[in-house]
This record gives sequence, structure tokens and C-alpha cells, in this order.
Amino acid sequence: MRYLCLVHSGPDIFSDLSETERRAFDRDSLNYDKDLEVSGHFIAAEALQGPETAVIVKVRGGEMSTTDGPFSETKEHLGGFILIEARDMNQAIRLAAGIPMARLATIEVRPIYSIPDPDRP
Amino acid sequence: MSDIEAIWRAESGRVLATMIRLLRDFDRAEEALHDAFLAASEQWPKTGVPANPRAWLVSAGRFKAIDRIRRRAKFGDIAREIAATEEEAWMPEDAESIADDALRLIFTCCQPEIPADGRIALTLREVAGLTTEEIAAAFLSRTPAIAQRIVRAKARIRELALPYEVPEAEQLAGRLDAVLHVIYLIFNEGYSASHGKAAIRAELCAEAIRLCRQLVELRPEPDALGLLALLLLQDARRAARVGPDGDIVLLGDQDRARWDQAQIAEGSGLVRRAFAQQPVAAYTVEGAIAAVHCGAATAEKTDWAEIVALYDLLLRADGSPVVQLNRAVAVAMRDGPEAGLRLIGGLLERGELGRFRYAHSAKADLLRRLGRSDEAKTAYETALQFTEQEAERRFIEGRIRGLAN
Repeated sequence: MRYLCLVHSGPDIFSDLSETERRAFDRDSLNYDKDLEVSGHFIAAEALQGPETAVIVKVRGGEMSTTDGPFSETKEHLGGFILIEARDMNQAIRLAAGIPMARLATIEVRPIYSIPDPDRP
Repeated sequence: MSDIEAIWRAESGRVLATMIRLLRDFDRAEEALHDAFLAASEQWPKTGVPANPRAWLVSAGRFKAIDRIRRRAKFGDIAREIAATEEEAWMPEDAESIADDALRLIFTCCQPEIPADGRIALTLREVAGLTTEEIAAAFLSRTPAIAQRIVRAKARIRELALPYEVPEAEQLAGRLDAVLHVIYLIFNEGYSASHGKAAIRAELCAEAIRLCRQLVELRPEPDALGLLALLLLQDARRAARVGPDGDIVLLGDQDRARWDQAQIAEGSGLVRRAFAQQPVAAYTVEGAIAAVHCGAATAEKTDWAEIVALYDLLLRADGSPVVQLNRAVAVAMRDGPEAGLRLIGGLLERGELGRFRYAHSAKADLLRRLGRSDEAKTAYETALQFTEQEAERRFIEGRIRGLAN
């Protein structure tokens, strides 16, 4: 099964890290992706730019409108994701616990939902 | 590729059990198991499947685990020391100690320090190889709840450094109940899989019987004997329980020539042996009921009076609504559908079986036999709501179609 590990992070999670520590942390993060790749669990992973860089799009009654991103001062935001292949939820949890960001942020593990083909009941 | 999948189904539980003993850590063991199968899927297509795949996988898993510990040890001397001592501690494995590992693992998972719901979920996952999602479906529970029970149970084993062993005789008695119950659940999940495509998962049945045999050799207690009898007798009918297209065949319609007579003889012998010992265990009575079914040459010759009497005996040890439901079905066979229907109606009114698919399908079946088609249809449709297993769904849908004609 596929699971999406969503990294929810606060605004200043890196503020306690020195420049060197920060670089070591990033190296750990990239290495973990490679570990997952070697063990066949990796599907995709990306970090995201801050919520202040986002634009929200919606279409209502055929009209498209946009607003600024969902940024507020203190709330946690989506900082990145790793899409993994795992045998079950507990394996996904174990793999999520190994993500270096789990030490600074929180990781939400969500199973992927396959939309059933609407033309084949 | 299908070779490796078959070997995964047959061996992953036992390889995992051995890796847990060697590494003394569930998560590292799981990682090692995964790595070992990954190595197998790369190597076996080129070199062929080794003569003893289990030993190959254990040794590959062990090698990969040392490798991982070494890589992590780059940053710390302590970790390097652990790697060194673990390497020393790993003596070559003899086949016997590997075979005992699954039993050792069940006892580890069933220690009293672990909460009861966690024990069962952990054992089903680690010993029977069920996924979190399958366990949640089997217990009509939510996956996140089961997942966290398993996480907490593992943490408990780690925190308390619980021993990884089959306990000595005096401690064993207190833990036998939990272990027998888990073996029973593993068998049930195999015998009537809670969801998925196949109605029966034979490898789970075989694993439960194997574990129960080991337990009986270790401690021939009456309830262990009774459980082994029950499992053998149920399993003896396995081949006749599904048709060629994977459809369910009910007991009354089964081709009795396909029942495994040698296994029935062994199971019936065990029932007699277990009945001779006091106190008579609930499993033994269930085994005796199965023995009556297996002893009937045709469905019509089934001694339903004897079966109702055995259910009455069973109710004294286990008054659960599921046992009462089974008794109601037997009463219906002895005294007619109305009598059974009254009992099932009472049970459903009390509410405990509202989500239990078999309560509704049993009720539907009795209504069908009375020709009350509309009510039967409603009851079958309720049963369908709680049925996630494909063969069972097809069976119920077939019955609903049958009512229309």
C-alpha cells in the first residue's frame, strides 16, 4: 500500500540550529530519501517553500478567483511530504519515524485512497 | 517472482521470529526481513531458489542488519560496540532453534505486562503476518487505533526489556490462556478470512495448527489438547468448504468425501483424550461439536440433539453471544426454524450482535426456510453491510437473487 507522510512544521523549527547543524540536518534528510530508495519504499519526496509563497485557487459558478496563501503567524503548515510504499500502517509508521524531520516537526501518515472506477460498479 | 511470493507467505513469519530473537528488537528485525527479501528478489532470479530458503533469508537478514548497525555506528563508538558484540553473539543457527522461534515469539507477545488488546494485535501481526489493516477489519476496529496498540505493545517490550523465551513450567500456566486464544484467532482469520478475495487462507490455518502442536508437545494441558482437536477437525473440512470457483459451500451441502478422514480420526481421538481430563475446557467442547459434524455420514444424519446438548455445556464455560447464536442455529435444526428464530431475535434485541454479519445471515436463512422472503431479503441486506469478504458477499448476493425466483 502507499502512504503519504505529511510533514507539519511550525514557523521557526530551525531557529535553535547553528549553520553547521542545519547543513548536517539537510544532509540527513537527503540521505534518508536515499535509504528509502535502496530499500524500495521510496516513491517521491519534496520539501515545500513557505506558506507565504502560496496562492490559493478556486472556481465557483464557473468563476476562478485567487487569494494569498493560508499563512498565519503561529499555525503549523505543510512543510513537505514523502510518498512511500509500505506493507501496512505499522511499517509506514516505522518508516515515518525515521524521517529526520520527525525530530523537529510532526509527521501525519495517511493511507492513499484509490478512487474506484465510476464506470465499473 | 511468484516463487518468491510463495516463499514470503510460507516463511516470512518464521524468518521474522528468528530475526527478532537475534536482534532483540521488533523494528530492526522487520527492517532486516525486508532487506533479506529484497536481496532474494535480486539474487534468486539469477542463481535459482536456494535449497533451504529460510536459512538463506535468516543469514541474509542478519548480514544486512550488521551492515545497517555499522553504517549507523559511523557517528558513535557505542553503536560500534553494539555491532561488535552482536556479531560475536551470533552463533550459527541450528534448524531446531529456528523452528522454535515462532512459539517463543507468541509467548513474548503474550506477556502479562502488555495490555490484552495489544497482545493479540501484536501477535497477529508479528506471528501470523497480518497487516494492520487486516487486523483492524478482523476486530471491526479502526486502523489508526490498532496501529497504535501495536506501537505501544512493542514499546512496552522494549522499555521493560521483557524476555524473549518460552517461560518455565510454573509461569507458563498463567500465560497459556492468552497464547491459546491467539492461536485460535490466527486459525479463525485463516478459516474465514475477514476480508480480501479468498474465503480461506490455508497458510494461516496450517501455521495455527503447527503452533498448537508444538504447544501440546511442550504442555499437554487439557485446553491445549482441546484446541488442537478443534483446529484439526475444522481444518479437515477445508477442501470441501469452497467450490471450484472460490464460492462458499455450506456444511450441509459439502461433499463429505473430500473431508480429510485421517485428520478427523486424529482430532476425534484428541477430543476423547481431552474429555478424560478435568476440568473440561471450552475448546474441548467446541472440538466435540466439530467431531459430531465430522462423524455424520450425511448432513441429514447429524445428531442435532447431541450438538444442542454440547452447546448447553459450552455456555457454562463461555456464555458469549456468539456461542448463544451458534446454539440457536443448532436448536433450529433440532426443533425447526421458528424456535431458532425466536432465540436469534432475542439475541439481536439485546444489541451485542448488531454488527456481527453471521447473526443477520443466520436469521435471514431461517426466514428463507420459512418462506418469509421479504423479511429474509432485509436480513440478508443487513448482513451484507457488515461483510467485506468477497466470497461471502457473493454467497449472500446469490441467496438474495434466489429469493426473487
